[in-house]
Amino acid sequence: MDYVVLLKQVPDLAEELEIDADGTGLDREWLSFVASEWDEYALEEALLLRDQGHGGTVTCLALGVETGDVDELLATCLARGADRVIKVGSFEAPPDSHTAAAAFADALAHVHYDLILTGVQAIDDLDGQVGPLLATRLDLPHVSVVTHIALAHHHTTVTVHQEYAGGIVAEFEATLPAVLGVQTSRETPRYAPVSRIRQLMKTATIEAMAGGGGAGSGLVIEAMAIPETGSTAEMISGNPQAIAERIAAILSERGIGTAVAR
Amino acid sequence: MSGDIVVIAEHRDGAILDPTYELLGRARSLAAASGGEAIAVLLGSGVAGLAGSLGAAARVIVVDGPGLASFSPTAYQAALVPLVREREPALVLIANSGSGMDVAAGLSAALDLPLAAYAIDLTIDAGGPLATCQLYAGKIQAKVRFAGGRGIVTAVAGSFPAEAGMGPGSPVIETVAPAATDDRIRFVDLLRPEAGDVDITRESVLVSVGRGIGEQENIELVEALAAALGGAVSSSRPIADLGWLPRTRQGGKSGLKVKPRVYLALGISGAPEHLEGMRGAELIIAVNSDARAPIFSVAHYGVVADLLDVVPALTARVGG
Repeated sequence: MDYVVLLKQVPDLAEELEIDADGTGLDREWLSFVASEWDEYALEEALLLRDQGHGGTVTCLALGVETGDVDELLATCLARGADRVIKVGSFEAPPDSHTAAAAFADALAHVHYDLILTGVQAIDDLDGQVGPLLATRLDLPHVSVVTHIALAHHHTTVTVHQEYAGGIVAEFEATLPAVLGVQTSRETPRYAPVSRIRQLMKTATIEAMAGGGGAGSGLVIEAMAIPETGSTAEMISGNPQAIAERIAAILSERGIGTAVAR
Repeated sequence: MSGDIVVIAEHRDGAILDPTYELLGRARSLAAASGGEAIAVLLGSGVAGLAGSLGAAARVIVVDGPGLASFSPTAYQAALVPLVREREPALVLIANSGSGMDVAAGLSAALDLPLAAYAIDLTIDAGGPLATCQLYAGKIQAKVRFAGGRGIVTAVAGSFPAEAGMGPGSPVIETVAPAATDDRIRFVDLLRPEAGDVDITRESVLVSVGRGIGEQENIELVEALAAALGGAVSSSRPIADLGWLPRTRQGGKSGLKVKPRVYLALGISGAPEHLEGMRGAELIIAVNSDARAPIFSVAHYGVVADLLDVVPALTARVGG
């Protein structure tokens, strides 16, 4: 069983986002980047499947984007246990999902796979999710919002769960090869020591492959804006006691909170 | 190209789901602006009877076949690609649900039609369709158009009123067989959640916690507050994923939709998936250490503070 995992970095939301001078994109100058959390779940699932008796290899692909640090992302994959890492194409800025899917499809013509896993979504996939876009390009079946993956012993099918609203889950059997958009992994993504990642960045082989013939999203971004937060909320400030007093009074008006109601 | 607005209907257990009505209501007003029809496409096996629930549409296309008895990403995609290619609608509207994500992105790639995902608003003006989409967990909104004037939109649930799509009517009903089938993904079963100790959809006061709670042992603090307020503890997805609270306490897109009288959002940033399940609460009070957290855009009252400071003080105050 050969697994391929597609990963990327996204802006770290712990830091403030700003809009660029054009008003149509993020100001990337001061952004810091982190691995997209759903992609990390996809990698963890691939490693678990490989190590739970199904064997095979885990190959991680990421686009060669100049923003952020794709080498660190791929070295982290190796530190966690991936067998092989490949940097695909060359991009000044993170491309849209359609372009990313086209680039991955180009590279995957040269990589063997039985199961392709990626994050169900990313915080910046304005033009849709890479998983189903790639699958359709490669004429493979795809399932999104996957929370459970079980391989059949004969390795020709996989059973997965797809999540719906209200905690309802559909179970599907998919013929391999297939593409899965992973919502969460059974285990918290494993930890890789920073020292090990730094060492691998110096010593490990990160392969490079061409990919990405400017597919384009077909979307025209007219404007980007930071929505006004707190514009409708009445903000309460003060020390914890003053805040508690005010909230208690608001709840009391609605007959909630025993002490203030009496 | 027609001016038609197509809505892909989602149904389960013999009923149309609310997000479909939300899209259908908006499709009616968009069709009036584009000079086309609001068309609902209903896929299934023996589902003609459900077409009557789609009275707000001008036309219902029932795609009926044994391979469509339950949702399957490959079966839906195989049936929809030739249909959308032939009808050339101006817009295809799809709910941003588990199945909707598969259908929308699959159609986009197969038909080379652009896709605007996570839309919270959609209008048509002189320049054509204009979608407002959420990005970066709701911290950014982008206004986008389609280069060729037509495309696919996935909408976040709760963006449009469902009532507008529930009206009575007598739509033209067309029944067709799927033009193609693909059984590479086969439906096996539908698994329903087991009932929990508390039904958070019936509680009038919810004290809801997110990542800001920091440590599992701090859950006790919110349980004490919920007890003092006569309510129950609920959570956002990460807390359920960590196993700190049972899945049955999870609100949001993949959890339960809640509408309590009071919703205290503690350390919940307010990603679109969470807001979708709780924005209907009568009163929302949010406590978050990040002043830019999207939860403050739906809250009635907001507090920028560490919940670990506020919660004990509030419990002491209301607990007497």
